[in-house]
Amino acid sequence: MSTHTHELIRLTAAEMAAKLCAGEITSVALTQAHLDRIAAVDGGERGINAFLHVATEEALRTAAEVDAIRAGGGAEAEALHPLAGVPIAVKDLIVTEGQPTTAGSKMLDGWMSPYDATVVTKLRAAKLPILGKTNLDEFAMGSSTEHSAYGETRNPWDVTRIPGGSGGGSAAAVAAFEAPLALGTDTGGSIRQPGAMTGTVGGKPTYGAVSRYGAIAMASSLDQIGPVARTTEDAALLHELIAGHDPKDSTSLTGEVPALAEIVRGADVAGLRVGVIKQLQGEGYQEGVLARFHEALDVLRAAGAEIVEVDCPSFDYALGAYYLIMPSEASSNLAKFDGVRYGTRVLPEDGALTIERVMGSTRAAGFGDEVKRRIILGTYALSAGYYDAYYGSAQKVRTLIQQDFDAAFEKADVLISPTSPTVAFPLGENDDDPLAMYLNDVATIPANLAGIPGLSVPGGLSEGLPVGIQFLAPIREDARVYRAGAALEKLLTKDAEPLWAQAPELAETSEAAAHPAGK
Amino acid sequence: MSEISRADVEHLAKLAHISMTEQELQKMAQELAVIVDSVATVSEAVSGDIHATSHPLPLTNVFREDEVGHVFTAEQSLLNAPDAEAGRFKVPAILDEE
Repeated sequence: MSTHTHELIRLTAAEMAAKLCAGEITSVALTQAHLDRIAAVDGGERGINAFLHVATEEALRTAAEVDAIRAGGGAEAEALHPLAGVPIAVKDLIVTEGQPTTAGSKMLDGWMSPYDATVVTKLRAAKLPILGKTNLDEFAMGSSTEHSAYGETRNPWDVTRIPGGSGGGSAAAVAAFEAPLALGTDTGGSIRQPGAMTGTVGGKPTYGAVSRYGAIAMASSLDQIGPVARTTEDAALLHELIAGHDPKDSTSLTGEVPALAEIVRGADVAGLRVGVIKQLQGEGYQEGVLARFHEALDVLRAAGAEIVEVDCPSFDYALGAYYLIMPSEASSNLAKFDGVRYGTRVLPEDGALTIERVMGSTRAAGFGDEVKRRIILGTYALSAGYYDAYYGSAQKVRTLIQQDFDAAFEKADVLISPTSPTVAFPLGENDDDPLAMYLNDVATIPANLAGIPGLSVPGGLSEGLPVGIQFLAPIREDARVYRAGAALEKLLTKDAEPLWAQAPELAETSEAAAHPAGK
Repeated sequence: MSEISRADVEHLAKLAHISMTEQELQKMAQELAVIVDSVATVSEAVSGDIHATSHPLPLTNVFREDEVGHVFTAEQSLLNAPDAEAGRFKVPAILDEE
């Protein structure tokens, strides 16, 4: 890999955009540099495996189009979006015309969406070359990207460890400089927790701030698309691009999209009331994670923030409520995968060939263990006799959690916690213990239950692995999490390299890297 | 309250249209029992006078004009079909079930 390529891919998206705009680099060169990087580090047995599909031709075509418009000058060049020509990766839960969408499942192997998700339509309109689709836990069900039907994604900080999940592919791609930006989806932490695991920035917007049209639904009342990036400024730029009302999503919010990147650039925490959530620390949280968390508090305090403690007693029940509501909604949402109109169809090996038996064998072969577990759990929680005790109670806990947040935001402008109780764990560690896997989401889940925005930013290292710090704000106050997150980022990188720049060099793993095709 | 037997899983799997082997049924019963035990705490947390929240935002009455928008052609709709014939989805027998 040439020095030039190496330098290009390590720029932030904002820097790439500025250089493209100034004519210092072309989008074709920038896009090719990322495609080369993907070819070098993504494949092979020890590769990152962040990508399920690489759209080389399409990405280069978009890049060439942007370069031609810029070269032509005039009104068309002026009208280009600031991020035009900056490549991006898309989580493979988000549908794309012309590129396969699998949701990480055998159920959708080979499926081609006949339409684009609204966020993809926005990317195309702004002319961001789409590098490809990123790996995830099957139907976004998992916290480690080990439940993908297409192999696990590896953490660029240590390829024997998980990159978090479900959006491990998007986070790993951004951390490994395979893409400067990516889209993720967050139902219980699937953007924020991989951000924490990989030393990157992950944002979960207010529920409804970004259209969910074209995101394959897991739990519709919790799912939210959001930005994955290396810096808060990059995340803010992408957030601004994808946010806004969409008539195709009936839960989409109306109202202005805030100027988040501007807020990031001017961020400071003087006078900001930062609430430490009593329930999201202590038992179950690794010492190293808590050490970085307390350092973050010290740094914020020294910069003029007022640190207060807030009590959210119902959070003790958040995980339980989530693991009733999410499977319940998922069991209903995934009923459509029946082998009739699209997707995989598997015929039973023997016996009568009836539609009911074909559905049974299709879903048996098409879904992985974790998906089956959640469908069965959801079916149980919704069944007569249990509905009130489980689903009904979980919905009431949801009310209590919202009330806890309301009370907390009386005392604080933003809330803060570690994003995840642990750093990235070794691949395979929680294979036989689904419950232990679920505990990873304990700090991220409350935001989804309440619909509020959250942002995970790098908070330093523990045992050589990234720790994430999470900020939360009230509904529609996404600007606050960017303000606080950007301020912490600025304070922590004042005298040090940003965390993402400290990741170890990756070995070139794939055949393509060993035999470069004259690029 | 969270006893979940192999027979329960078999019934649930039938409802969910997922064929399972004997081994899968037993493994799933064990795993679900552990999970259900841990989530059962939610029913202890709530009393009767708390309202249920089904959606994070209090959005109501989202209306729009009832106009014909973009529609897929029959060809596009059948493009991903596992089986199709004469412009229709083709499925195995719907009747004649056991």
